[in-house]
Amino acid sequence: MLETQELVINMGPQHPSTHGVLRLLLHTDGEIIVEAQPHVGYLHRGIEKIAEKVNYHQFMPYTDRIDYLASMNCNHAYACAVERLMGIEVPERAQFIRVIMSELNRIASHLVFFGSFGMDVGAFTPFLYGLRERERTLDLFEAACGQRLTYNYMKIGGVRWDLPPGWTDKCREFCDYFEPKIQEYHDLLTYNYIFMKRLGNIGVLTPEDALAYGVTGPNLRASGVAYDIRKEEPYDVYDRLEFDIPVGTGEAGAVGDCFDRYMVRIKEMQQSVRIIRQCLDMMPEGDVQARVPRVLKIPPKEIYFRAENPRGELGFYIVANGKPSPERLKIRGASFSNIHVMEKILPGLMVADAVAVIASLDVILPECDR
Amino acid sequence: MDQLTKLFYSLGLSPYYGIFVAAFLLAVIILAFALLYEGVATYVERKVAGDIQSRIGPNRVGPYGTLQWLADGVKLFLKEDFIPAQADKLIFRIAPYFVFVGSFLPFAALPLWDRFVPVPMNIGLLYIIAVTAMVTPGIVLAGWGSNNKWALLGGMRSAAQLISYEVPNAVALLIPVLIAGTLNLDEIVRAQGGGGGILRWFIFHDPFSFMAFFIFFTAGLAECNRTPFDLPEAESELVAGYSVEYSAIRYAFFYMGEYGDMFIISAMASAAFLGGWQLPLIDPLVKIGWLKAVLQLGIFLTKTLLLVLVMMWIRWTFPRLRVDQLMELSWKRLLPIALFLLMGAALWTVVFHGKGIYDLIVG
Repeated sequence: MLETQELVINMGPQHPSTHGVLRLLLHTDGEIIVEAQPHVGYLHRGIEKIAEKVNYHQFMPYTDRIDYLASMNCNHAYACAVERLMGIEVPERAQFIRVIMSELNRIASHLVFFGSFGMDVGAFTPFLYGLRERERTLDLFEAACGQRLTYNYMKIGGVRWDLPPGWTDKCREFCDYFEPKIQEYHDLLTYNYIFMKRLGNIGVLTPEDALAYGVTGPNLRASGVAYDIRKEEPYDVYDRLEFDIPVGTGEAGAVGDCFDRYMVRIKEMQQSVRIIRQCLDMMPEGDVQARVPRVLKIPPKEIYFRAENPRGELGFYIVANGKPSPERLKIRGASFSNIHVMEKILPGLMVADAVAVIASLDVILPECDR
Repeated sequence: MDQLTKLFYSLGLSPYYGIFVAAFLLAVIILAFALLYEGVATYVERKVAGDIQSRIGPNRVGPYGTLQWLADGVKLFLKEDFIPAQADKLIFRIAPYFVFVGSFLPFAALPLWDRFVPVPMNIGLLYIIAVTAMVTPGIVLAGWGSNNKWALLGGMRSAAQLISYEVPNAVALLIPVLIAGTLNLDEIVRAQGGGGGILRWFIFHDPFSFMAFFIFFTAGLAECNRTPFDLPEAESELVAGYSVEYSAIRYAFFYMGEYGDMFIISAMASAAFLGGWQLPLIDPLVKIGWLKAVLQLGIFLTKTLLLVLVMMWIRWTFPRLRVDQLMELSWKRLLPIALFLLMGAALWTVVFHGKGIYDLIVG
């Protein structure tokens, strides 16, 4: 007798489009996914436990490794968290420098997203275009702190070094260079007929589901919820800056589909350039570090601080106990929530769509597993 | 071939030896040409990709990296030919040969220059369509024999895709056949010569044949599994599809098959629509026989390779379709259009007694 059977496919942890070591267990009927289970934990390094063993300053390099594509943002969030806990006043110049760095890193991170997204739907070329521009941001970081991937540039109470001479001009140059490139991306990929047809109406994430699963960042905004921590609970100088929150418009189909998630990130890069320009104009001269003791002994207190990272809300929950290192440090990674929405939106789609959905959620596994 | 037969006859040997030797020599020449083309094509593909992606491409082996393909070939020969323990060994082994043979056999029936086809046959076009279909079972066997789920998915996609696209492909090719009134490729090309230059090419024969060319080329892209139709191997979805378990020279066979297919589709397009070895002014100007043949061969190869270049250009620019969109495109779009064009071309032939636009205007 003939019988049919569900095909169980193990997608990952070694798979070209699971962006690192995500593992998806797909139950498929031919090419159509019936059930999808994301499995995480392949990149767990115990960063939270390490935090209990090293002192507050020493933990900064570990935050680089939470989300290696947006190290500056992770530095930024951790530094702000400890400063709020301590009540440290950060010099204004340092605040501006941090915001510039965070926004530059947001652009760099979204460029990697742009490239790998194109590659996952079969267009190889955008990847190299995205990395070409990212290279320029990395040059800027290297000029500022000597590193190209894990910067360890910010410190509690400011930034480690002042900007080198001429850096602001180079940064302006980059903004002028980068803005027209977005049109090039639109010409090459965004409005390609096949690309729009592949992504429109695929993997629609409704605002209700997004909120229920705790999805944050561009993925939430693509679902039409204008929620941005930079606006809701501004940190550093974000409250003095003007920028818009791009939300999904359903240009190629429904609001909250893969195309919206793509488009929101592209628009966010434009907003980041806008923020950087304002910061460069407004940045005063002065110190870049507050006076902070070598060893921080914070009296028993706790804080939950969150920051808007390229992938969503990065939260630090720190419980201090009067010793040089925290009693407990919990990191809330945006990717963890964003991954779990897959089991909701993947069933009914095809294997090829699964790849597009994974790419459009732009998860990064070190942030998920920590 | 006749002269070889006579030579053997004069030596006191059976003339059949002559036929055998001639056929063997011909096969060696065609194989050498096919392999050379496939090697150089991989180099060109990588250079084209480099140009499109604002990088350099291979530039280490030989001047401007021109010997890269030789190094790659040597590497692929020396690698371990790995067969997975759970694979169906016989099927796994023979699958690449299907693909390679299917893409190599059509080379024998290409019209290279005036009145010369390596293996003359009066149904050359039908023969080419038939033998290229051998690629499909090869890919399906590879997908099945690998005992790998990704490979299996790739194999299934490929079976569906190639069968669907052969239909609009063949229907579009019927239009030049209709105009020329023959399946003989040499005669089809000769029918595109004469006064009027490139306006005598079948692509400019009537509006229907003009559109048929694009239908044929699109369906042809799908038949060689090239982006945007590279679903069977879909690197980012199915890892590498049917070829995921293959290594070394067996893997290379699949690639040679793909590049061979590209050449065949382009050659068919240039022979059936773009006048094959025809180019205005060659006929009246060049009187020396052998020079003419060489020029015509050059013209034919130039047209073909330009089309191959277009395929590469498309590959590095477009994203990939999804599998259901692929089927929809074939059955709901390309096939109805192709059938409509075929009917239109048939009507045109009846109404205007087979005359093209040029003939109608000039008289």
